[in-house]
Amino acid sequence: MNELPQQLVNGLLLGSMYGLVAIGYTMVYGIVQLINFAHGEIFMVGAFGALTVHLYLLPDGTSIWVALPLMLLGAVIVSVLVAIGAERFAYRPLRGAPRLAPLITAIGLSLALQQAVWAFYPEAKSKLPFPQIEGGPFTIGGATLQTGDIFLLIAAPISMAFLAYFVMRTRTGRGMQATAQDPDTAKLMGVNTDRIIVIAFALGAVFAAVGGVASGLKYGQIDFKMGFILGLKAFTAAVLGGIGNIYGAMIGGVVLGVVETLATAYIADIPGLDKFGSQSWAEVWAFILLILVLLFRPQGLLGERVADRA
Amino acid sequence: MRQRSLIAITAALAAGALTLTACGSRDEDGGGSSDSGNGGTTVVIGVDAPLTGDLSALGLGIKNSVDLAAKTANKEKFVEGVTFKIEALDDQGQASVGQQNATKLVANKDVLGVVGPLNSSVGESMQKVFDTAKLVEVSPANTNPALTQGVNWQKEKVRPYKSYFRTATTDAIQGPFAAQYVYNDAKKKKVFVIDDKKTYGAGLAATFTEEFKKLGGKIVGTEHINPESKDFSAVATKVKNSGADVVYYGGEYPQAGPLSKQIKDAGAKIPLVGGDGIYSADFIKLAGAAGTGDLATSVGAPVEELPSAKEFVANYKDAGYKEAFEAYGGYSYDSAWAIIEAVKKVVDDNGGKLPDDARAKVVDAMQNVSFDGVTGKVSFDEFGDATNKQLTVYSVKDGNWATVKSGTFTG
Repeated sequence: MNELPQQLVNGLLLGSMYGLVAIGYTMVYGIVQLINFAHGEIFMVGAFGALTVHLYLLPDGTSIWVALPLMLLGAVIVSVLVAIGAERFAYRPLRGAPRLAPLITAIGLSLALQQAVWAFYPEAKSKLPFPQIEGGPFTIGGATLQTGDIFLLIAAPISMAFLAYFVMRTRTGRGMQATAQDPDTAKLMGVNTDRIIVIAFALGAVFAAVGGVASGLKYGQIDFKMGFILGLKAFTAAVLGGIGNIYGAMIGGVVLGVVETLATAYIADIPGLDKFGSQSWAEVWAFILLILVLLFRPQGLLGERVADRA
Repeated sequence: MRQRSLIAITAALAAGALTLTACGSRDEDGGGSSDSGNGGTTVVIGVDAPLTGDLSALGLGIKNSVDLAAKTANKEKFVEGVTFKIEALDDQGQASVGQQNATKLVANKDVLGVVGPLNSSVGESMQKVFDTAKLVEVSPANTNPALTQGVNWQKEKVRPYKSYFRTATTDAIQGPFAAQYVYNDAKKKKVFVIDDKKTYGAGLAATFTEEFKKLGGKIVGTEHINPESKDFSAVATKVKNSGADVVYYGGEYPQAGPLSKQIKDAGAKIPLVGGDGIYSADFIKLAGAAGTGDLATSVGAPVEELPSAKEFVANYKDAGYKEAFEAYGGYSYDSAWAIIEAVKKVVDDNGGKLPDDARAKVVDAMQNVSFDGVTGKVSFDEFGDATNKQLTVYSVKDGNWATVKSGTFTG
């Protein structure tokens, strides 16, 4: 049986998840040139927010169709609050400081958030089961999809379309573009840059929250460390697509996901490479691709603005 | 980068905490020597296990069980004039952290024995540190054969470290035991072998594979997963298309649970079989409904069914620990009790006092320890391995591990 369609779908799903989180990295970088390493944790607290709504705020046995929108809302609220808090108390005081200072703050914040969830969330010391959507699996054109995958397949493009509309068509979105191009001039033109920066953090957090819920639905479990590796991958995806470019983040995510999946599936079949084909090598191949892209196209696949920043 | 700083902070905190305890125990020492004979000696049993992170469910079960053993010994005044205390350090399942912990435990003069670690890879990094200090280490959970029988254990058994003992059965027995069950009892002939490349997982998968081939079974595919990952969909698709009728996984439950779920999601309705590393209530939680029918082998007879274990289970419950004792609770209790027995022997031989070279004497005494523990008869062979070679196959049924078959592996 030909497994290519299934593997492509697997990669697309994994990549959409990377992409949703990568948007947060890329937006914040595009506007304040900060690599917000705590963004993976924003994704994690979003998932925990959704679980909290399900476990503690909704009566037992609530239908998942009723619960899901509320969980999504809970996830978004928690993620956005944490992201805005982080911006206000961890990053804003360091604006204008050397770039290393906020970067290290971000790393510290990431650790603090992980450990806070580990220490204070009930039973978060081990992995927690996440509610599942009943039904499925569905078979479409030789590929099997689970209900959790469907959520991701719907949520990721909708989120992207919303973001594109917001950035291109709304006043605030244009303010963001202006701030990204030149914060000082934007300020002189009457753009409230502080507000724009907060909005960038908040928007990134919304996408991370959607990603967090999607991850819970897809894998059926969440844990306090879930944001660490995913955050690194999403950051990689953002760089691959061209950091600062929101479409690049999504494309970079999908490319990364598909490469990892196909490397797992097919590298071992190439004669002489059977030792390098297992899943534990998939990331190596993904990073080889990243290095190649950065060698031949340093601005990333879709990037255009990094050169004048560097 | 973040991982490093995490380790640094943990190490700093642990070092700080240790400095404090070291001060405290030095005071106690002073008190002890001034009125020795009255017997106010404190003996510390070190514990090293992953107390945070993925494997903390197992690690905390180990810590609590050792604590229970120490408390029981104190309550019964098992060793006249000696009060047992535990000092638990977190290794996060990482070999480098485990080695630092070993150094810290060695530095605390009151530590006369250590229970742990959970992971074979961590055990590997700690053995030499303990052996140099002649400090006895009893692992309740390490199953890699090389730890007691040397790296060339398949050809020539040589015990690398005299101070290392374990109450757990080795993979040299566990892997083949699983292979025989899968081939002879479950009648599955085509297996897909997956491991996580860690000392434990890869070792288990290798011993399973060897025996399964010998029996006449077919390996239709092999795969190594990355334990940091949780998306195994690509692997699951490969399993499905391989036509395997069973999956053997060498690794631990944090990955095994999701792996089992994703394999079934991909459409391969075949059981996943693993070792004691997946024999945890958390595996069932993580795999969800997909876990039903999955199998695990674990060392020893089912703890809950042994008469000797009933008391342990009841005491554990009474002590009010927040976490369950999990797969290694009974073995941890027995490991700690073995240390207590050895200390008792040393103290008795020395006229009721701890000798100056207590650590070395405890190592010698450990070799001859023999008592009826939670998991059955506890004693050690010439390599430091448990003489108890009982193994049990469990299967997930109605959200619980149910005993399928218990037996002794005969080779």
